[in-house]
Amino acid sequence: MTIAEKLIARRKRKGLGGRILIPIVVLYVAFLVIAPITALISGALQNGLPAALNVFNAPELWQSLQLSVQIALAVVVIQVVLGTATAWVIVRHNFRGKAIFNGIIDIPFAISPVVVGYMLLLVFGRNGPLNPILQALDIRVAFAVPGIFLATLFVSLPFMIREMIPVIQNLDRVQELAATTLGANRWTTFWRIIFPPLRTALIYGVALTMARAMGEFGAVLVIGGGVQGRTATTTLYIFHALEERQYVEAYTAAILLGLSSVLIVSVADWIRHRSEH
Amino acid sequence: MTAVSPQVKNNKARSPKLGLRAVSFIYILIMVIIPVAVIVQDGFHEGVDEFWHQITLPIAAHAIMLTLWTSALMTIINGVMGLATAFVLVRYNFPGKSILNALIDLPLAIPTLVTGVMLVILYGPQQVLGQFLDQELGFQVIFAPPGIVIALLFITFPFVVRTIQPVLLDLDRQQEQAAATLGARSTTIFRRIIFPALALPTFSGSLLSFARAVGEFGAVVIVAGNIPLKSQTAAVYVLGAVESENRLAASAVSIVLIAVSLTVMLFTNYVLKRRQI
Repeated sequence: MTIAEKLIARRKRKGLGGRILIPIVVLYVAFLVIAPITALISGALQNGLPAALNVFNAPELWQSLQLSVQIALAVVVIQVVLGTATAWVIVRHNFRGKAIFNGIIDIPFAISPVVVGYMLLLVFGRNGPLNPILQALDIRVAFAVPGIFLATLFVSLPFMIREMIPVIQNLDRVQELAATTLGANRWTTFWRIIFPPLRTALIYGVALTMARAMGEFGAVLVIGGGVQGRTATTTLYIFHALEERQYVEAYTAAILLGLSSVLIVSVADWIRHRSEH
Repeated sequence: MTAVSPQVKNNKARSPKLGLRAVSFIYILIMVIIPVAVIVQDGFHEGVDEFWHQITLPIAAHAIMLTLWTSALMTIINGVMGLATAFVLVRYNFPGKSILNALIDLPLAIPTLVTGVMLVILYGPQQVLGQFLDQELGFQVIFAPPGIVIALLFITFPFVVRTIQPVLLDLDRQQEQAAATLGARSTTIFRRIIFPALALPTFSGSLLSFARAVGEFGAVVIVAGNIPLKSQTAAVYVLGAVESENRLAASAVSIVLIAVSLTVMLFTNYVLKRRQI
């Protein structure tokens, strides 16, 4: 150890940070993150564990959960196909306005969920420009499941694309060229050369999209209207339960939803860590 | 014939490429560009004067100002505490450090509605902490601006920490060691060496959290409620306007929200890009 390192090491033990900074940060995280989570759990258990578990007998909760999962899965499928294609176009293709195109991808990050729902209402609603086509085809978007689906698709749009861009950039193009030279067709090249290094990022993108999709509330509230049971996602179920002062129902469903999101992201995190080592 | 065949081959290679590009263009066009264009057209279709009138109505103006100042206050606190948290996580070893590190990402996975529910339970007027703050200190959190700031802090907590962390990990320790050998105090080292390197990530992470906070709805609507001229934020105002079919008001305030977030985001990206070159 050099003298300089020793000096730094001594500071590390004794300095400003060790005594003051660590307790401040730990207290801050405890107050900001841990306290609310603890409060939610104790809130759900305020009438005892049986009352909380009894919530799981409500068919409305299961219906809403089923709808949330179905919509999230459909969104994930679209994002995997079109999101990866878009990421591919951004990395591999050169065209005019590419920088602008790349910037547009992040717009959903910047738009309030309520505004997202409202925008879709304007486009697909009664007075919207697409209304004649939708009526001719007899498709209902606003205040129906297709609207919730579109809103969820919009808010989760950047996740997959942003996850895939760096890994596509890191692909070794020499391998692709070698495969083509050796007579592999596009399909074989894709599955054997391109796909394997993208797999981990793909899983992570799927998890982020899934968690975001299941938890979407604002956009779904505006476009879904929320007739209980018919177009109620889990977030809408929680919101209605709160409005009807059924607190144990709301809190238990909130725990269920929060836990599933955290679990999905944690599993993806674990897979990513495992593949890195 | 020999002159034609390379061109034919070339066309064959190009068509799937163009197809892929067309698909991703149409995807982004339908999902992002058309909805944004429709809302902008809708907000201005009665002229700029009417747009201005809508956003300067007392309730709308109050909602916009409340959104801006609570987001700004959150950004400052988040910048300072995010910097402190990242510093503690990278530079110090203490028991429970890995748990602290894992807790940082939790707000990203937890749906914002669930965040709102958690905070209402913790700070609600019937709860122990909420009652204490309200009656002993006269400090109302729920249905008031402090609740909004706390909700925004929770949601955006990872933004600053996770932007600073990688930069701090890459920071050259030799400069600090040299300064320490030359007799610089730790505060001087922080001010002259560490902070200049971290200023840009702190700044960009904070601005991104601001862009995100301005549109936040799920947590805020639960925590702040919907009290005009007191705790109603711009996103909640838009919801009310949509529900009462006040289209002009909804579109005008939506445009303000989009414009603020997008400007902040584009500005942040611009600064980051310029510094990289």
